[in-house]
Amino acid sequence: MVVEKKACTQAILLAAGGLSIVLGILRGEMAEVLAKAIKICLECVGIG
Amino acid sequence: MLARFRGFAQAGATLMSNIHLPNFFRGEIYRGAGKAVCVPGLNCYSCPGAAASCPIGALQATIGSSHFRFAYYITGILILFGVLLGRFICGFLCPFGWFQELAHKLPTKKLSTRRLKPLRYAKYAVLLALVLLLPALLTNDLGMGSPYFCKYLCPQGVLEGALPLALANSGIRAALGSLFSLKLAVLLAVIIASVVFFRPFCKWICPLGALYALFNKVSLLRLQVDPLRCVSCGRCAKVCKMDVDVTTAPNHSECIRCGMCIGACPNEAIRFRYGFGAKGVDATRQCDETSI
Repeated sequence: MVVEKKACTQAILLAAGGLSIVLGILRGEMAEVLAKAIKICLECVGIG
Repeated sequence: MLARFRGFAQAGATLMSNIHLPNFFRGEIYRGAGKAVCVPGLNCYSCPGAAASCPIGALQATIGSSHFRFAYYITGILILFGVLLGRFICGFLCPFGWFQELAHKLPTKKLSTRRLKPLRYAKYAVLLALVLLLPALLTNDLGMGSPYFCKYLCPQGVLEGALPLALANSGIRAALGSLFSLKLAVLLAVIIASVVFFRPFCKWICPLGALYALFNKVSLLRLQVDPLRCVSCGRCAKVCKMDVDVTTAPNHSECIRCGMCIGACPNEAIRFRYGFGAKGVDATRQCDETSI
């Protein structure tokens, strides 16, 4: 029973993760990530 | 078996995360579509060789942008990484975890972190405050928030980003100022701490480790203790550098799945398991009863 409950939780989380990715892509978040990542992050390197 | 090749796996993961090696000589970063996805470990996307984005950097960039207040895309990726692998990512795939382990190999006196266990909770505060709340709440007139963790605390940005870029790019070298000095001091402090303590940044500061720690108990990759083989000798707990007793908590949030306990067990009672609903805790309870 415990094992089944755990498997169910894992499956739900995987589905939620997948849905979240799709939703994020549809909202344009992937493009936002790309736009940030292709420029040198001034905060990361200690300039900005 | 898997744990024996951990060093190679860590080196391979670091290389794959930073595969654009010629950029180190050009003093520029990769600007291709690969940056739209994330690597699983802490790997700065301003590293010249970085093949993809840093999950923590991308999370803050999305939350701190003027368009979004929640990062569904990166959250989804982190959930998938967490459920599929948990903190195995810390033990096998994180470049900064590997870097700390290399520093720890320097032949000096080593100190235990067993009495410093309460510091583990600091990384959750870092995650909540610097990664999730401040970039969303402290915004400028345009509604944009800074990536506070990257800006003030992340040593990987200096190690992988600032130093190699500054070495090859005079423009960047000239622009480095007091913020760089602060971050360099953080990096040096982490290196010194890593020489005497095992992976201090992972244990106490890393927000990515904190995120994956939340998934360790439900991860498909688990450790399992065989109750019929375990003789409760305690060698597994003694050898664990993350201060976990695998016989009482095989899927503890601090376990990075390094496999040291597997190698230390004289009866091969501990093993990796992968799959939905794989047993772990139940077997441990039986183990304790058997030993009594």
